[in-house]
Amino acid sequence: MANTAAEDAANAPYVRFTDVQKTYDGEKLVVRDLNLDIKKGEFLTMLGPSGSGKTTTLLMLAGFEVPTQGDIILGDQSLKNMPPHKRDIGMVFQNYALFPHMTVEENCAFPLDVRKVGKAEIQTRVKRALDMVQLGGYGKRRPGQLSGGQQQRVAVARALVFNPKLVLMDEPLGALDRQLREQMQLEIKHLHERLGITVVYVTHDQGEALTMSNRIAVFNDGEVQQLATPDTLYEEPQNSFVAQFIGENNKLRGTVRSLNGTICEVDVEGGGAVRALAVRIGGVGSATLLSLRPERVKINPPSGSVPNVFPAKVEELIYLGDHIRTRVSVCGHDDFVVKVPNAEGRVPFQPGSAITIGWKVEDCRALDVL
Amino acid sequence: MVSTAVPAGGLIEGSAVLKSHLRRAERTRKLRAVGLVLPLFLFIMVSFIIPIGVMLFQSIYDPDIRTLMPNTAAALDTWDGADLPDETVFAALVQDLAAAQKEKKAALIGRRLNYEMSGLRSELVKSGKAAMTMTAGPYKDQMIAVAPIWGDRATWAVIKRAARTYTPYYYLSSFDFEYTADNDVVAVPEGQAVYKAVFVRTLGISLLVTALTLVLGFPVAYLLATQPPRIANLLLILVLLPFWTSLLVRTTAWVVLLQTQGPINDLLMLTGLVDERVQLIFTRFGTIAAMTHIQLPFTLLPIYSVMKTISPSHMRAARSLGANSFYAFARVYFPQTLPGVAAGCLLTFILCLGYYITPALVGGPTDQLISTYIALFTNSTVNWGMGSALGTILLASTLVLYFVYNRLVGIDRMRLT
Repeated sequence: MANTAAEDAANAPYVRFTDVQKTYDGEKLVVRDLNLDIKKGEFLTMLGPSGSGKTTTLLMLAGFEVPTQGDIILGDQSLKNMPPHKRDIGMVFQNYALFPHMTVEENCAFPLDVRKVGKAEIQTRVKRALDMVQLGGYGKRRPGQLSGGQQQRVAVARALVFNPKLVLMDEPLGALDRQLREQMQLEIKHLHERLGITVVYVTHDQGEALTMSNRIAVFNDGEVQQLATPDTLYEEPQNSFVAQFIGENNKLRGTVRSLNGTICEVDVEGGGAVRALAVRIGGVGSATLLSLRPERVKINPPSGSVPNVFPAKVEELIYLGDHIRTRVSVCGHDDFVVKVPNAEGRVPFQPGSAITIGWKVEDCRALDVL
Repeated sequence: MVSTAVPAGGLIEGSAVLKSHLRRAERTRKLRAVGLVLPLFLFIMVSFIIPIGVMLFQSIYDPDIRTLMPNTAAALDTWDGADLPDETVFAALVQDLAAAQKEKKAALIGRRLNYEMSGLRSELVKSGKAAMTMTAGPYKDQMIAVAPIWGDRATWAVIKRAARTYTPYYYLSSFDFEYTADNDVVAVPEGQAVYKAVFVRTLGISLLVTALTLVLGFPVAYLLATQPPRIANLLLILVLLPFWTSLLVRTTAWVVLLQTQGPINDLLMLTGLVDERVQLIFTRFGTIAAMTHIQLPFTLLPIYSVMKTISPSHMRAARSLGANSFYAFARVYFPQTLPGVAAGCLLTFILCLGYYITPALVGGPTDQLISTYIALFTNSTVNWGMGSALGTILLASTLVLYFVYNRLVGIDRMRLT
């Protein structure tokens, strides 16, 4: 099917990383061969453990680090040799980086002062920006007099007030407590939707990434492991790292016994043959790691309803209100977790009970061995 | 079962018991706190606060003449100062001088009176000896015959003023004022004025040294604060090494460096920058160079410690918001260093006000600061009144500066470490 010109323009990359490499010491690559396209108006999150290269990538985009190799394009301009202050990129830092000697208003006016915007216009734009983050009455205060959440809002307002081409956020909510963090996640998400800005967000918190993003780039070891929408990332992880990093995940080690199109049969190490979706495996006889979400496992399934059924022993029950986390031993693995929803009253079994568990083929993904 | 001890006898008695228990527990703690502080407190009281208080008191307390010449002092109380005093005063004078001479204290009287009118000391000794031999009056003419100063109204004015137990004389002298024979306060003639110039010089050199240490120290502090820890620690040791060396040692090193046959002159000659050796030691240049070197760490370290607390993300934020490096530095970084700059400069300035050894060893006669004169009066001429007055003025001006600074910057914003 042929795309229209408008669709082409909408899908054209706004930010493009081409073969970007970065090393600090000339020995170890912090970012290796990064190719990444970001669309205009997109909320893209770089998610990964610390040291995975996500912050380095962000700093290269902001201009505080220089790529050892490769190029980054913003709009239709190469960012090579362009100093940070000419890039027109707003940035929100983890520790807010508000200037303590200036008031909230002066902080927000800073990027406009630099750009020699007129006094009257600065005033209206600062006011609009502060109203946008619900801090209209706080302009005369100093950052030290604000709570962490308020400071973060000021930082967001300051990064948006000059209508930058791109907004970068480097773990901006890391210092806030859980409740405030969740509230701010929604606020930033709504701001993004309302203003149509392009946001590149860095975090190591998968919940935050799932909540806010249009797409998530999972980083590990200097590489993007998978770039997809939140639901795809959770439902269809392409490798074991992603499966384990996003959400909870049961692992079963085994070897591929047979392969038939997209379905394979795997001999699990502790005994038992599992039918699974072949996602990322070698040929017959190669080792694999089966990935299975705890909430997709059924307890005592009616016979014939699912192809994979195994006897199991209940080891531990943890009551968590909305569900009961049930640890069972199955196929020689005693760290297998099943989430039993607390929808139909309490589960009828105790630690030590013998039960059967089962799952569908498409819920069980055969992935690479880490 | 866990049993709780409840005092018998109900709530009121129980709470009284509780309070007395609390008092007993608190008493031990209070005693311990007092015990911990007491040795240092006593040490400071005895060795520092009391001596300084006594010193300051010396600048207005002036009992010598009243104790050594009690009769003359009493007789002069009624003298109007218009003409020469009458015979009773002269009789008292002879009596006092004879007594003083017997106790060998005539020279002390002479020393005190000599402060205000030079030449009185030798006349007093002469008059003392003569007074011993005088047996009958009238004394007036006899005394004037022994020493013509007794026929001078100004001499008597000096004695009458010096006979006051509390005197503003030392402070007036410190600001280059003096009394006339008619007890008017006038400025000392141009050629004899000393202290005003010394105060101005002390302030000027202190300001200059402070400015130099700031200009030289600020970039180094910035380098220290922004380098990775390994390099920063090495640089910091280089800064601290002279800081740990004694002031006297460093000053002596400058004496060696600045000598006419010293290494700096050698170098200048070697490179052909000068044709003949330059006078560096005993000059203003030498004084300022040595003082700047010695004071550098005092200015640098507070600035460094403040700079270390400034998050590097502030500069990044400023850059990302569109400011070039210079603008970001001027608007974001520098204002945040001000508490450190103020602390470092104040520290250096106050220390410079009291410099003594360095100007004495590497400076010339016109490079001496106020401390030199304080030392001169307390050690050599034993004029404690003048030494105390100059010291009090130095202390007071330091305190005034401190309060002005507190008003402008706020001591709570100052960071020393």
